[in-house]
Amino acid sequence: MDNLTPTPGQTVGPFFGYALPFEKDNELAAPGRPGSIRLQGTVTDGVGAPIPDAILEIWQPDADGNVVAETGSLVRDGYTFTGWGRASTGNTGRYTFTTVNPGATRPGAAPFIAVVLFARGLTNRLFTRIYLPEDTAALAADPLLASLPEERRSTLLASREPDGGLRWDLRLQGDGETVFLEFDGGRHAPAQGA
Amino acid sequence: MTSPRQNTQQEMSAEIQAIASTYRQSLAAGAAPLTQPSLDYAPYRSSILRHPTKNLHHTDPETIELASPAFGHQDVSPLEADLTIVHNGEPQGERIKVAGRVLDGDGRPVAGQLVEIWQANAAGRYIHKRDQHPAPIDPNFTGVGRCITGADGSYAFTTIKPGAYPWKNHINAWRPAHIHFSLFGSEFTQRIITQMYFPGDQLFPLDPIYQSIVDQDARDRLVATYNHELTSPEWSLGYNWDIVLTGPKRTWTETEALGEDGEHHG
Repeated sequence: MDNLTPTPGQTVGPFFGYALPFEKDNELAAPGRPGSIRLQGTVTDGVGAPIPDAILEIWQPDADGNVVAETGSLVRDGYTFTGWGRASTGNTGRYTFTTVNPGATRPGAAPFIAVVLFARGLTNRLFTRIYLPEDTAALAADPLLASLPEERRSTLLASREPDGGLRWDLRLQGDGETVFLEFDGGRHAPAQGA
Repeated sequence: MTSPRQNTQQEMSAEIQAIASTYRQSLAAGAAPLTQPSLDYAPYRSSILRHPTKNLHHTDPETIELASPAFGHQDVSPLEADLTIVHNGEPQGERIKVAGRVLDGDGRPVAGQLVEIWQANAAGRYIHKRDQHPAPIDPNFTGVGRCITGADGSYAFTTIKPGAYPWKNHINAWRPAHIHFSLFGSEFTQRIITQMYFPGDQLFPLDPIYQSIVDQDARDRLVATYNHELTSPEWSLGYNWDIVLTGPKRTWTETEALGEDGEHHG
């Protein structure tokens, strides 16, 4: 079997706004339906300025922890949960999704939402995770979280808002810099480039 | 933030060359080649405050990350692969076909997955409202396409060859002609957005975005190949470009490793 070298990534650039967004791209669950919550936050750069030209995608199990294989993300029918969505940040660097709380994919696992980030000025995509804050035993047992010092670990935890929604901010650089992931077996360039 | 004086292309090229020279020395000293762009690449000025300063954290992908969202023909119409038929008239420019295959790191086809593209028109102008380049908008060209890969990982788009366009990274900065590609794999960990370029572009050595991939072999992987076999008489020129995703990270069974058509590829 071949062992091929992966094609390099490149920045999403400034002009994706007429290409990647689509109607209801950020509505994994229809707003107002039972169980639907809002997930929101702000994406900021190394001096804390909001990034208005970033795009985030989330991919998550359903509320029961099932990984779904439903098509229809690009033409949402308002009922089918596909587990995937896309949100662009606006002028204030803010993104919003409506979704459901992800369930645990196995007993005792800490539920999380997988995230990939693209932005103008970001030369390649970055992966990270958003963990639900509640199940402290599961969070304590999570292999990724356990491998991080406390101040970095907290960047992966959402906070619960009074209305039941989730708040999670992404800091690309500097104080409170979000933990970004490299999946083992991958061949990515380190952050400290040339 | 104070905005320093804008650099000339000559100063920018010197910066690019200095980084390239350091990289060549590291290769000569036995370092492994870098296959992806450097996140910290100062010649691309917008990257200065938009790259993480801490190393990426190694982790094993978990259940959800080992799967990928599903897309199907309810999501994408086959007509979306032809960017030249969106409006009533023919777009201006050189009609081209861009075709290739999406493969994983083991050379297996990535079947049934979403490919999205977007690009400037033949004059180097994007439809995007923030594009201020005073080149003409083409009323017959939007520059957005989508398709779902075939069982053999294949994709094909009919479009117009995009023009080079100026950006304000430094004085007289021009991007080489390119098409943006967005791809999904069979695992979320394989998600990638990149750019495809055209062979022989004289702007390659001058462009900080292309050069943010410091390894020449890696950069070459973004350049399509002209293919006369894909060229249609009296109609369009053909370019081939295959895309290899990272991974996969999990072990596949023998049956899964064979393409749906039972073919061994590569």
